[in-house]
Amino acid sequence: MEIRIEHLNYIYGLGTSYEKKALDDISLTIRSGEFIGIIGHTGSGKSTLIQHLNGLNRASSGQIFVDGKNIYEDGYPMRQLRFRVGLVFQYPEYQIFETTVLKDICFGPKNQGLSAEEAEGRARAAMRMVGLDEHYEGKSPFELSGGQKRRVAIAGILAMNPEVLVLDEPTAGLDPKGRDDILGVLKQLHRESGITVVLVSHSMEDVADYASRIIVLDKGKVLYDDIPAKVFSHVEELESIGLAAPQVTYVMRALRGKGWDVSQDVTTQAEAADEILEVLRKAGVKC
Amino acid sequence: MLKDMTIGQYYPGNSLIHRLDPRVKLLGTLVFIISLFTFSSISAYALATVAVLTVVAVSRVPLRYILKGLKPIFILMLITILFNLFMTPGTAVLQIWKLKMTEEGIRFAIHMAVRLTYLIIGSSILTFTTTPNSLTDGLESGLGWMNRLHVPVHEIAMMMSIALRFIPILMDETDKIMRAQEARGADFQSGGVFHRVKAMVPLLVPLFVSAFRRANDLALAMEARGYHGGAGRTKMKPLVYHRKDWIAFLVMAGYVAAQILLRIFVKI
Repeated sequence: MEIRIEHLNYIYGLGTSYEKKALDDISLTIRSGEFIGIIGHTGSGKSTLIQHLNGLNRASSGQIFVDGKNIYEDGYPMRQLRFRVGLVFQYPEYQIFETTVLKDICFGPKNQGLSAEEAEGRARAAMRMVGLDEHYEGKSPFELSGGQKRRVAIAGILAMNPEVLVLDEPTAGLDPKGRDDILGVLKQLHRESGITVVLVSHSMEDVADYASRIIVLDKGKVLYDDIPAKVFSHVEELESIGLAAPQVTYVMRALRGKGWDVSQDVTTQAEAADEILEVLRKAGVKC
Repeated sequence: MLKDMTIGQYYPGNSLIHRLDPRVKLLGTLVFIISLFTFSSISAYALATVAVLTVVAVSRVPLRYILKGLKPIFILMLITILFNLFMTPGTAVLQIWKLKMTEEGIRFAIHMAVRLTYLIIGSSILTFTTTPNSLTDGLESGLGWMNRLHVPVHEIAMMMSIALRFIPILMDETDKIMRAQEARGADFQSGGVFHRVKAMVPLLVPLFVSAFRRANDLALAMEARGYHGGAGRTKMKPLVYHRKDWIAFLVMAGYVAAQILLRIFVKI
């Protein structure tokens, strides 16, 4: 499915002294099968933006078209849209409420009107996708670790079989291993099922290795919308809005500064390693 | 939905009313409310109207904003008025089936409506112009004499300020949880009473879990900073009366005097 956003504006607390423009003339298109990273500093509007994708927020002005249909038109099946665009919120604590993991994951599919058996089937499939094995089914979700709770939350959305999976800071507050695990799950999902993934984060490291397109938000505006290598070439601008390029970018820049002939388009550690080895080989070093 | 509630909220500003000592504002509100119930003639209400409008104008809180706070009370007010209209014994003006609308009832209903409206407006001005923290500070120091009666004033004030502090946080959290569950297809708006009550479970469970977690964290953080209750505790901003506060007391006394004079000399 394709989501096209046109001149979207969103203003908080309209008509009060707290009035604040959170999104300022946003236009972009999310195409089927993409893996998009949305990056921005705290308060840049990224969470506000993604809550428009499934209709939880209603734009102050502007339009959103899903597969060509305007979602703000009267009679648009908004609830169906929520099942098609699965949104995982930042903290799993906000959605976990059932006594067992399996029941909690069943909540979404049951709301879709599926029978108990169908919902359980979907829930079990979703658990496998996020790497939770059967012995978690009967456990209380409140007893799990932070990383596992987050898997339950993601599975709860995946069980609805969404076409687009949107995640708000899925790695916030996780240790490095938990972070790599979650991001690995997403990468695998994207590769195997072809689901569109939109990953929101304030960390470049998170998205650099996984996203094929990066959207940088600043003060409610789209600053960059491009492939990672192009976005990371604006290191100074990114730093000036409180972000940073991935560490690899800095290493490669430093090497170029020392006269090494390495490419600047490298964004992941694996690519960087290959590039450095290549240069060394050219120089006649055995490695 | 929850964000539309204006009653009891703080309206940021820097007007004279905002800067008054909270004790002055508390006493002022109390005096105003008592005056509403002691003086109930047309002239007394006229004077009260002038007083309210003046305070609102000085506070620079938009009148529209204050009136919005009346909305949640509207139903309660309607019921009160209807009861008074029909339940007060006296000369019948209108009779519908067994219900008699009486002249005394009409008069009483108008009185009640005016009193309730002013009561709410009066107390809203207090909460609009006073942060919850300075409000509880004011209560704590204004009611300090009750310590001698073994009333734990400080503890009550601390509980109040924590409760007040947590209202916006919990409202915000409720909103987030609702969204997270709506993203999973939860439906809080439609269906019968039973369905709606059941639909609240996915909202209330995470809310309670998070409230308890927050309470725990807060208790720990307070103890880590050596909190041990009220005895011997000093204030960062002790409450001190300034000139404007004394003037406000004088204005208050003037208002009460004017009400008494009206009562004696103007007979409407």
